[in-house]
Amino acid sequence: MGKTIAEKILSSHSGRDAKAGDIVIADLDFMIGQDGTSGVAIDSFRKMNAKKVFDPKKIAIIIDHSSPSPNEGVSAIHKKIREFSKEQGISLYDIGCGVCHQITPEQGHVVPGDLAIGADSHTCTYGAINVFSTGIGSTDLAAGMISGKLWFKAPETLKVVFKGNFPKGVYSKDLILNFIGKIGADGATYLALEFYGDVIKAMSVDARMTISNMAIECGAKVGIMEADEKTLAYEKLHATRKPNPVSADKDAVYKEVIEIDITKLEPQIAKPHTVDNVSPISQVLGTPIQQAYIGTCTNGRLEDFQIAAKMLKGKKVHKDCRLIIAPASKEIMLDMINDGTYQTLIEAGAVGVTPGCGPCVGTHNGVPSDGENVISSANRNFKGRMGNPNAFIYLASPATVAASMLEGKIADPRKYL
Amino acid sequence: MKLNGKARLPQNKIINDINTDYVISGRYKFKIQDPNELAKHVMEDLDPEFYSRLQKGDFLVAGRNFGCGSSREQAPMAIKYANISAVLAKSFARIFYRNCFNLGLPAIEVDTDQINEGDELEVDLDNGVIRNKTKNTELKIAPLPKTMQILLADGGLVEHFKKYGGFKV
Repeated sequence: MGKTIAEKILSSHSGRDAKAGDIVIADLDFMIGQDGTSGVAIDSFRKMNAKKVFDPKKIAIIIDHSSPSPNEGVSAIHKKIREFSKEQGISLYDIGCGVCHQITPEQGHVVPGDLAIGADSHTCTYGAINVFSTGIGSTDLAAGMISGKLWFKAPETLKVVFKGNFPKGVYSKDLILNFIGKIGADGATYLALEFYGDVIKAMSVDARMTISNMAIECGAKVGIMEADEKTLAYEKLHATRKPNPVSADKDAVYKEVIEIDITKLEPQIAKPHTVDNVSPISQVLGTPIQQAYIGTCTNGRLEDFQIAAKMLKGKKVHKDCRLIIAPASKEIMLDMINDGTYQTLIEAGAVGVTPGCGPCVGTHNGVPSDGENVISSANRNFKGRMGNPNAFIYLASPATVAASMLEGKIADPRKYL
Repeated sequence: MKLNGKARLPQNKIINDINTDYVISGRYKFKIQDPNELAKHVMEDLDPEFYSRLQKGDFLVAGRNFGCGSSREQAPMAIKYANISAVLAKSFARIFYRNCFNLGLPAIEVDTDQINEGDELEVDLDNGVIRNKTKNTELKIAPLPKTMQILLADGGLVEHFKKYGGFKV
């Protein structure tokens, strides 16, 4: 019987013939923590009486969630992280380097065929480059840092095939929002997702990351894709380690195969307060917006800002709105400066904040007021997510966010393309 | 293992998809390191009165997909340090489920529709049953996965690692 990508990677890393349902203890190729989770991981590391990490080259901590520190509590955590990183000789990406899920693939820490964990739920992002990567908690990270291993239950897999052609104004964000709206916030709990189809092949690696990033929003353990020539070109640019691409067997056993034709898809919006509360844009057009955000591990990459800049060039953000932008990494910010994207957006009225998570997690950089509506390119719109439980968050593609900034209300990007 | 306490339902009802941002908001988890302080804000955005209703040993009771969203271990930590003895839900999100057992906090899948706020419950993990003493009914629970039983018996992953120096699951 054939194997899925998840079963193959867990088999090769555990030395066992792992089939869905099996518990395996597997070797980890890389692991990360961020400033919201690493403090607890360091506490657990100490409580386990550990002295040394198993291999400092396979661990990175990224200070991205509250960066630079907005208060003394966060500063104490950042200090703890800096001291631990120095003591253990592990990679530290300090304030301004960017979001962990951009840094990890961009700096070549993970390559196709790897098994990686991160103390952050959106670690599933690297599935876009054929990595079995999944979010775990702080104490699991501590155990990984000590032993280089973690236990996994090999998941069953849903095969998702995107067919058809991209309509104008529709992006990878719209596809994944539509998918999550269809299967629900727990539609893939405990499962792996494998994404296929000509639509995926046609996408850039950056656009693919948007899809894998949001696999967790329907509960999935991983959202993985095959490596193709685009993946390998990405690796050539970013990584020094040799990729080891893994494909599913032709006779792999899937829990279900879902086919989605995107040819008639409209831009999609997730409405407050859940990610699976999705509707086509036509149903929410005209909703007044006070604040917008383009950035995050979901949609804070160069092409995301280029789309927004194209729409906002020579125009102004609506007078009743604030547009905040945070490139997902320093590298992206430099690319934006070099090609004029950054200047275009700032001239249009955008406010640039530090590369990192920006206002997504509600600790700094733009907490909305009571009753305000926010439109964001992020991945979560939970009540209180951006720091105020009395605000309302809509999720959309960067193009939809930019269009909405021109009108001061939710607007259709197809008008401006 | 037998646990006794009252059922505590956020907003006094069975709610699905309670995410870890609701369990403990990002506003607090980033700046507060003391778990006893974190505990005071448990479920605050969903039910500001929740913490004040709690008594030692109570159960947090909810619907489907409890603990979805962020991987923050501060969520089960806030629950545990609020002196809640177990979380009962129809289903759990994967990362939260692991985190609970890593902290020695039982997360139990059970049909919670027949449980109301304030019901006196006895959770009997050895016999796979929850006794609702207020309603005089019994709810069957499936045995915990073996890995989770091991972590729970050891008192969480920290103690497990101290005992074995690695995973023995």
